[in-house]
Amino acid sequence: MSDHEYTPKSKAGKWFNDRLPLLTLANHLTDYPTPKNLNYWWTFGGILTFCLITQIVTGLVLAMHYIAHADMAFESVEHIMRDVNYGWLIRYIHANGASMFFLAVYIHIFRSLFYGSYKSPREIIWIIGIIIYLLMMAAAFMGYVLPWGQMSFWGATVITNLFSAIPFVGEGVVTWLWGGYSVDNPTLTRFFTLHYLIPFLILGLVVLHIWALHVPGNNNPVGIDVKKPSKDTVPFHPYIVIKDGFALLMFMIVFAFFVFYAPNILGHADNYIEANPLVTPAHIVPEWYLLPFYAILRSVPDKLLGVVAMLSAILILAVLPWLDTSKIRSAVFRPLYKQFYWILVADVLILGYVGAMPAEGLYLLIARVATAYYFLHFLVILPVLGLKERTIPLPLSITEPVLGGSPNMAMAKKKESKIE
Amino acid sequence: MKNILKLFSVIILFSVSSVNVISAEKVEFLKTDWTFKGLFGKFDRASLQRGYQVYTEVCAACHSMKYLSYRNLSEKGGPEFSVAQAKAIAASFEVTDGPNADGEMFQRPGKLSDKFVMPYENVKAAEAANGGAYPPDMSVLVKARGGGVDYIYSLLQGYEDAPSGMILDDGVHYNKYMYGNKIKMSAPLSDGIIEYSDGTNPTVEQMSKDVTTFLMWAAEPSLEARHQMGFKAIVYLIILTILVYFSMKRIWSRVKSEV
Repeated sequence: MSDHEYTPKSKAGKWFNDRLPLLTLANHLTDYPTPKNLNYWWTFGGILTFCLITQIVTGLVLAMHYIAHADMAFESVEHIMRDVNYGWLIRYIHANGASMFFLAVYIHIFRSLFYGSYKSPREIIWIIGIIIYLLMMAAAFMGYVLPWGQMSFWGATVITNLFSAIPFVGEGVVTWLWGGYSVDNPTLTRFFTLHYLIPFLILGLVVLHIWALHVPGNNNPVGIDVKKPSKDTVPFHPYIVIKDGFALLMFMIVFAFFVFYAPNILGHADNYIEANPLVTPAHIVPEWYLLPFYAILRSVPDKLLGVVAMLSAILILAVLPWLDTSKIRSAVFRPLYKQFYWILVADVLILGYVGAMPAEGLYLLIARVATAYYFLHFLVILPVLGLKERTIPLPLSITEPVLGGSPNMAMAKKKESKIE
Repeated sequence: MKNILKLFSVIILFSVSSVNVISAEKVEFLKTDWTFKGLFGKFDRASLQRGYQVYTEVCAACHSMKYLSYRNLSEKGGPEFSVAQAKAIAASFEVTDGPNADGEMFQRPGKLSDKFVMPYENVKAAEAANGGAYPPDMSVLVKARGGGVDYIYSLLQGYEDAPSGMILDDGVHYNKYMYGNKIKMSAPLSDGIIEYSDGTNPTVEQMSKDVTTFLMWAAEPSLEARHQMGFKAIVYLIILTILVYFSMKRIWSRVKSEV
């Protein structure tokens, strides 16, 4: 890192930089040495930043036209859709943007799990990431309440009611959250306030997330430490900037497809029915990105334990760096972990599927098995595996496998023999 | 590049599978060719105008459409009545306005800026007049039902005699496509119930198609603008992506690495 030697060329620049080293920061960001073997799974950090900014900007415009009142919220959304110039576009970007945000964050998290990016010395980056993820879920949930449709209302009722499981004070807490004796106008106004606040908290945490990243630098597909700067690294600009930009554009094509051609496919039809406290929908289902946790919640017969299980499923991720006892980061060199990793991915997808189905019969049984396996993975498999697993020897530097065309030495050799 | 393709397919698979989970429907709906589906989907203007006629002569007796204004009828991407026609349509309705200088409410002919006049004063009055069932507002009805246009289209044609053994209460009708098969609305359409001003044969099937098209537009008035902009946006993004891809290749050719 060349931060310390950096001096601006112009006199004015030097004068300013001595007082507020913004130019030093900019120089650090452009020169930031990045491992050159990062694959496309690493582009989702940039994509997520784009998602956050998109949500904030579109949300700002929506907030100018939206009315947070139980009697007017639904109508004001229709006003946005019909009478505000390009209101439909802005709202559809915002609504689908939430789904895109979660799609990207799940890829980002699972990339981290595969390549062991949460391990020393990157635990703090990881924990900040989990806090961001929690806040994202809170923001998304409250955002879904704002249109004040049937799913908004009943989703809010179900989720806030979870707090009633707290022993002794539960009921009081729920009344306090609602600001009354049911989900009503006070609930809507406070959810709107919090929905507006949380993205800025996330933004602050994103700055910390990136700051914490820039201390040790990026992990990479090989998972070994990289000397910085060296021939194993490239400066962030232009190499990573253009690569992230390319991946972002691909992502935006998918995003645009949803916004322009299937804007309501990820939402629930019932949310176009105005909230009615007297009519309960046949199935109350959260948005797709919360389904795995919803499945865990419902798979436990006891309400309190169900809530505990659901929260633990998320919070267990925060202690993951200490549950995984393996010193090897990348799954490429951990043949057994690699298998278990894909089983976990399948497990979470199954949980998501059964979360959308009614909690009965076979679905409930599958949900229970999948929930048990989820915890087994983190609490038993990971700690034991780190101690028992026979790993593949690590290369000395990332240049070595990169020149072979693959991060995996065995695969690299296979490739070479094919060429011969 | 192989990695990118892998990544792309994962994203697509994921979105498709999540879509399937959400829109899992059991009943097979009747199918028809909707002109507004697809990349360049547009409304059939004549069908929209006929659909408005069905709505206003049949549905509007019970169903409100409170988020639409008469001006919408002449707007681009809709039925596109001429402004004069839309004005005449608006003027054919009596609107309660006021209070005037004397503090009295008064009746006047409708204007373009007025919202569609509602058949009932309020939800309670609507329920009272319909045996306790509220005829839902139709502004966003298509989007508020799983199955969307296909569902509405099928429902309108789904009236049959109840299977033997099924006992229906007074004022309840059997419908093949209704959730639970019981519906309070009696069959609203019958062949020749209205006379189309353009001479089209008013069969139940034709009227169902027209009014469903009209409801789709009512729920999604910006559909045409959305499709047009979407095509441009995606073509633009694809071209830009290709250009950025080659720039990236060029830049990365300076280092010994794969990208």
